[in-house]
Amino acid sequence: MNWNWEILPDFIFNGLRDGAVYAAAALALVLIFKATTLINFATGELAMLGAFFVYVLNVEQGLWLWLSIAIAMLISAAIGAAVERTLVRPFDPADHLPVVLITLGLFLIINAVAGDVWNYQVRRVNDPFGHFPSWVPNGSELKTSSEGNIACLENADGDLAEVAAGTAGAEMCEMVGRTFFEVIGARLHYRTIGIWIALALALIALALILGKTKAGLAFRAVSSNTESARLVGVNTGRTLGFGWALASVFGTLSAALVAPALGGVNPNMMLTILIYALAGAALGGLDSLGGAVIGGLVVGLIKSVLVSWFGVVVLGQAYFSILQLAMAFLLILIVLLFRPAGLFGTRRIERV
Amino acid sequence: MTDMMLKVEDLHARYGAVEVLRGLDFEVPDGNVVVILGANGAGKTTTLRALCNMCTTTGTVTMEGDDISRAKTADIVRRGVAHVPQGRGTFPELSVMDNLKIGAYTRKDNEVGADVDRWFEIFPRLEERRDQLAGSLSGGEQQMLAVARALMCRPRLLLLDEPSLGLAPLIIEDLFERFAQLNKETGLTMLLVEQNANLALDMADYGYVIESGEIALHGPADQLKNDPAVQEAYLGA
Repeated sequence: MNWNWEILPDFIFNGLRDGAVYAAAALALVLIFKATTLINFATGELAMLGAFFVYVLNVEQGLWLWLSIAIAMLISAAIGAAVERTLVRPFDPADHLPVVLITLGLFLIINAVAGDVWNYQVRRVNDPFGHFPSWVPNGSELKTSSEGNIACLENADGDLAEVAAGTAGAEMCEMVGRTFFEVIGARLHYRTIGIWIALALALIALALILGKTKAGLAFRAVSSNTESARLVGVNTGRTLGFGWALASVFGTLSAALVAPALGGVNPNMMLTILIYALAGAALGGLDSLGGAVIGGLVVGLIKSVLVSWFGVVVLGQAYFSILQLAMAFLLILIVLLFRPAGLFGTRRIERV
Repeated sequence: MTDMMLKVEDLHARYGAVEVLRGLDFEVPDGNVVVILGANGAGKTTTLRALCNMCTTTGTVTMEGDDISRAKTADIVRRGVAHVPQGRGTFPELSVMDNLKIGAYTRKDNEVGADVDRWFEIFPRLEERRDQLAGSLSGGEQQMLAVARALMCRPRLLLLDEPSLGLAPLIIEDLFERFAQLNKETGLTMLLVEQNANLALDMADYGYVIESGEIALHGPADQLKNDPAVQEAYLGA
């Protein structure tokens, strides 16, 4: 047992950074579940598509990154609403199996089409919060030596190649150093803070849309009691389409935030993230928006602190890192067994 | 003869293969309170749902001379039909205030706030709990909220589906007094479905009794009240 407490804060920060991405993806799941009590398995692929839109607009067309993200969110919203209108609405909402199968089919189709259009190699994207030089190739990362005078490129296989030493190396090390600052002895990266701020702003926007607009009120009403919502004149179909659009925006946000950390975009980028998001949503309670955020953050923490820090560092068992995904499934299982409504979900009481 | 708010001819409704309504004819004159009595499963709730096109129907429903039998639910609401469904039909996860606001969903004027104040005056309990979630209210309060919510769309026809269900006798009496008061003061037309025949017939102008999806008996309320068959079946005499 090697209780390496000094590096624990690093793992906490990383966990909360990944957790913020899971939280955004979990929100995409919960927004749809709230309205339709349906898990949209295509959430991750719709989000991946959004990240590719960012890639096309920003990297290929040269648009400003934040504008690219905003446009990608709007396109995703339109796609989400269109999917609801054409593939979900024609089916009886009380019969879940056909719609779940449709979302599974959609998952496979979007993945295959994206693979055909962009193939499966990782395409480097710009980091909205990073300062990495543009000459760093796809999949590689700039690393600095502990003495602060040698800069190396680390490729995807972990091979190191020196790019600068001496004064030039020191300058480069300083530049990389400026991507984080130290808090309680741990590195808190600007990217991490940026992801937190982006999520916080998106949550505030969501709260305003749901709390202050008529469409938001209609969405909450349909989620709460579909029949009564119809009886006050709410167009439930259009409102569900609005929910799908909102969900797609959050999916795209999660994919756009995580893409730089993955080295870029690729059609399979959201596969594992969707599993963690699902675990987060289940933990928070599938119909609770606040629960999705907290659930996502907790899953990030569990993965980083419990698995990576405790399992790999403290226990010294490297194989723990391959159990990360299994941990997510285990969490879903435990939640469903002992607290099916999650931490903050509504326990449905059947009316007599 | 008074103007007809609602005229229903040969109304059939089915859920899948089960025919629940088998050719109903009835009328609701403008400004009147009409009650539909019937046992469990007679088709009372389905009748109200059919009027709002919430189930598969055939037949003709005319509101103020216009055929609304094929209209969408939202358009029927816009015409001024408010429906308080059985089991209260509030939005449990929404605050009292939001419940009232969603009631005014189809309105485009800017007097919604004034109407909220008006119903708060009539139902002061709701004002005390304006920021509480509807699901945390007592049964009686929820029923008041459901009614106030329905009134928020400024209806000309109020459909009430067993408002007395599951409420204590004193609360039911209070609620029915408010209904009568509303009808008297604003001339609001009401179509009420009830099992509590005594109170309903006291308030109503006219009544229909349905059995197995058909009208078995109808007449002015006081006449029905004295009818031996009604007394035996619904008044416990």
